[in-house]
Amino acid sequence: MAPKYQKAIAIEKEQAVVDGVDISGHWNRMFEQRVIFEYTPELIEKVASIPGAESFANCYQCAKCIAVCPVDVVGNYGPRKLYRYAQTGLDLTEAPELWLCTTCANCLRVCPKEVNMVKIMPAAREQAILDGKFVPNELQQAFEATANTGNPLGQPQRKREAWIQNAGVEVPVLRDLGRPVEVLWYVGSYPSYHPRGMDAASAAARIFTALGIDFAILGKEEKDDADSQRLAGEKGLFEMMAEHNIEMFNKYEWNEMVVTGPHELNAFKNVYPKYGFERPVVHYTTFLARHLDRLKPLLKHPVNKKITYHDPCYLGRHNGEYEAPRQLLQAIPGVELVEMDRNRQNGYCCGGGGGGMWMDSFTAKHTTMRLSEKRAMEAASTGADVLAVACPFEVSRFEDAVKSTGNEHVGVLDILELLDKSMRGEP
Amino acid sequence: MNIVVAIKHIPSIADELPVNGSNIDFDSVDFVLNEFDEQSIEQAVLVKEASGGTVTVVGVDLIGELDNVLHLALAKGADNAVKITADEPGADSHQQAGWLAEAIRGMSPDIVFTGVQASNDLDGQIGPMLAAYLDLPYIGGVSSVEVNGGTATVNKEFAGGVGAKYAVSLPVVVGVQAASKPPRYAPISKVRQIAQTAAIGKVAPSGDGAGAGLALKKMAPPVATGHAEMLTGSSKDVAAKIVELLKSKGLA
Repeated sequence: MAPKYQKAIAIEKEQAVVDGVDISGHWNRMFEQRVIFEYTPELIEKVASIPGAESFANCYQCAKCIAVCPVDVVGNYGPRKLYRYAQTGLDLTEAPELWLCTTCANCLRVCPKEVNMVKIMPAAREQAILDGKFVPNELQQAFEATANTGNPLGQPQRKREAWIQNAGVEVPVLRDLGRPVEVLWYVGSYPSYHPRGMDAASAAARIFTALGIDFAILGKEEKDDADSQRLAGEKGLFEMMAEHNIEMFNKYEWNEMVVTGPHELNAFKNVYPKYGFERPVVHYTTFLARHLDRLKPLLKHPVNKKITYHDPCYLGRHNGEYEAPRQLLQAIPGVELVEMDRNRQNGYCCGGGGGGMWMDSFTAKHTTMRLSEKRAMEAASTGADVLAVACPFEVSRFEDAVKSTGNEHVGVLDILELLDKSMRGEP
Repeated sequence: MNIVVAIKHIPSIADELPVNGSNIDFDSVDFVLNEFDEQSIEQAVLVKEASGGTVTVVGVDLIGELDNVLHLALAKGADNAVKITADEPGADSHQQAGWLAEAIRGMSPDIVFTGVQASNDLDGQIGPMLAAYLDLPYIGGVSSVEVNGGTATVNKEFAGGVGAKYAVSLPVVVGVQAASKPPRYAPISKVRQIAQTAAIGKVAPSGDGAGAGLALKKMAPPVATGHAEMLTGSSKDVAAKIVELLKSKGLA
């Protein structure tokens, strides 16, 4: 097969003498051979030939992506640079750079050539995994935990609904209910198992109950959405989880699904249709904003805080929801909402997407600081008392980050927790 | 070369262990592959890749869920998988060693790998007992293996960070502490494909297995009797309190 790309050929002649005058331009050339002689298309082609990663070859080096790449802010990275590294000898399928992209999609937003890292990275990573290449150990562990226990935290499946004992309200479980419900609430792994996630889950249960929503959960019949594992290259694992979840979603009657996490929203809304599941799914912020008229009167207690909101990449850029979270925060009496410089479409990534959630130690070796730390510093610089979040990955990430950057005075709370505080008047 | 790996399926300690009178309540606990056996599977596959041969993984199916583990082992590079259908979740290491030995005997192994211990019995007996039943030499605490002809060169770890290199003649039973490389990752698509197609050999348990050295009379979760005391104050205050404490215990 003829190679798709030709090696660049120098256009200058080494020697060109006309009428005794050297016109080759030698005297005017750089003292070292220009790098153009070292360009090699093979390693670009190697990536671009992986199904899904074709657009890697589209790059024409304009570098618009570098200005918005969250990893470049704390390192030397970005789609343009990856292309350049490949030109100068880096095999992306074997390099640490393969694992640094969080698939936040800010590059795709500005790319004139539609170089799509959200497709390139999963495809190249999958290839690396199938070929038995290097996979960061922490990520392997998250994959294995998901495969073995149905969640990346490695917690027992039968404990998935244990949190409802402490929710303070009754949380109906579909298998016990024996009737159709209006809302199937997909809780998610971190809200089900992580201590701070459970706080948000309990808050959600109390809010839904106060609003009189007819809802129920799948409990231990629910498994991880595995969207981030898919983006980290484990499509087989994603499919295994999807088959299970779709079977469970179809087992019961319900009208609408509400999800706690943006990654779940992305999986169920944008990817599950390829596997035959196409039903209405909304993120909790969208859902609650729709009930704002009934929610507002319940928000009786002021929360006198200056709050800044972090747009989750998979809620904002990937799924277009920027306003509902802000509407909810502004509905809370006493709240002063301030914006960080990077917000909405240009929101900065927390570093948790695309499998980054499980590669913190690995990423730390290749960056000057964690993305979550950079973001925590941005939040602190607004003078906010609270960094409000709407993604279950973020509470633990940012709580660590405010501590490690000396910004403990900034509290990290899910919007659910803030609404719940205003509803119940707890400090 | 016939490479055999003897593995154990053990209760997961990711969660608190539910106790039911004289043993763990096996119905409410997940079973996982013993982590030292994960290492021994890796070491076996590494030896196969370096020196040729076939890898057969064999384990006792205690709760009817060993297939998952065997599929994973096949995806990582094992060639054959055999389960001993015992359905006795409480079978101890002595009992399992007896069954494993009977199953392995007919395989005429050149080298048998097994995890040096497991977190349930913690007695490290599978390896030595297998060797005794099969009348083979045993070397445990091993952290790398290379096979050349009829000889295996192994690194054995001792306490205090001391290591030694041994040349052992095959056949031999090797208790693996750690493989020479971290266990590889098996992509789920590969595991699932194998789960569809793989034939897993079945063997009925036979052989007595020397009875356990211990008889379980009662099992109960530990009861907390005291609490840690948190020292507070400035680092100087805390340091002074620590010195005082050490003095009061006669340690300083």
